[in-house]
Amino acid sequence: MPGTIERDVLIEAPADVVWDVLTDPAQIPRWFSDSAEIDLRPGGAGTLGWREHGSVEIAVERVERPRLFSFRWMSGEGENRWANSLLVEFTLTDEAGGTRLRVVESGLDELDWSEERRREYREDHSSGWATHMGRLRDLFAQEAAAAR
Amino acid sequence: MSAASGDELLAAAADPSRRRLLDLLLEDGEASQTALAQRVPFTRQAVAKHLAVLERAGLVERRRRGREVLYAVRRERLDEAGRAMATVAARWERRLLKIKELAEAAQRAGSVP
Repeated sequence: MPGTIERDVLIEAPADVVWDVLTDPAQIPRWFSDSAEIDLRPGGAGTLGWREHGSVEIAVERVERPRLFSFRWMSGEGENRWANSLLVEFTLTDEAGGTRLRVVESGLDELDWSEERRREYREDHSSGWATHMGRLRDLFAQEAAAAR
Repeated sequence: MSAASGDELLAAAADPSRRRLLDLLLEDGEASQTALAQRVPFTRQAVAKHLAVLERAGLVERRRRGREVLYAVRRERLDEAGRAMATVAARWERRLLKIKELAEAAQRAGSVP
């Protein structure tokens, strides 16, 4: 059980076509969230929305069309909320006349709860953090059910 | 003790040092903090910290034997952590396959929809 998940797929389409599916906010809802807004620049902000689960903030990191796209999500709360977050990195390489799309999600082992967050969660179950954790838990449960 | 969220369980189980402690506990059945510290390349304080994280996530439990405190793995929680990780991976697999489907359809159509 590593702190990193990696998966890849070979796609029979050129990298710039794959890039558009990956990064266009009009296309993201076709494979990811139900809605998406994104400022597609390094340091840009974005929001992914799920009808069932609410919204998740994203922070765009690298945008190097058509080879590399990365962003952070699943942040905590407050000023240092991006310190413990998940980093998602997509890379696109030419292969066999098509594109190898690879995703690496890292930071799963750093999603540690600070003592303060833990106390807040215990004391106030209606806090934004508790709601966020509840959403994440629901997402896991939903995906686990779908996977069966 | 409240049940840990799926998120906390993943974080607890995913760290390499904590996985090493879990492996040792699975081998031994149960062990004290001191016994564990003798078999890992990190400090006693680090062992204590990691055991606390594992305990909060419900992956290990402790019992007293005289003046000793012994730790043991809660195997059903370990299975749950494994399943959670597999679920995260499966989720990305499904998304990649969907991106593939959309990109290949766009390519065949000759334009991005």
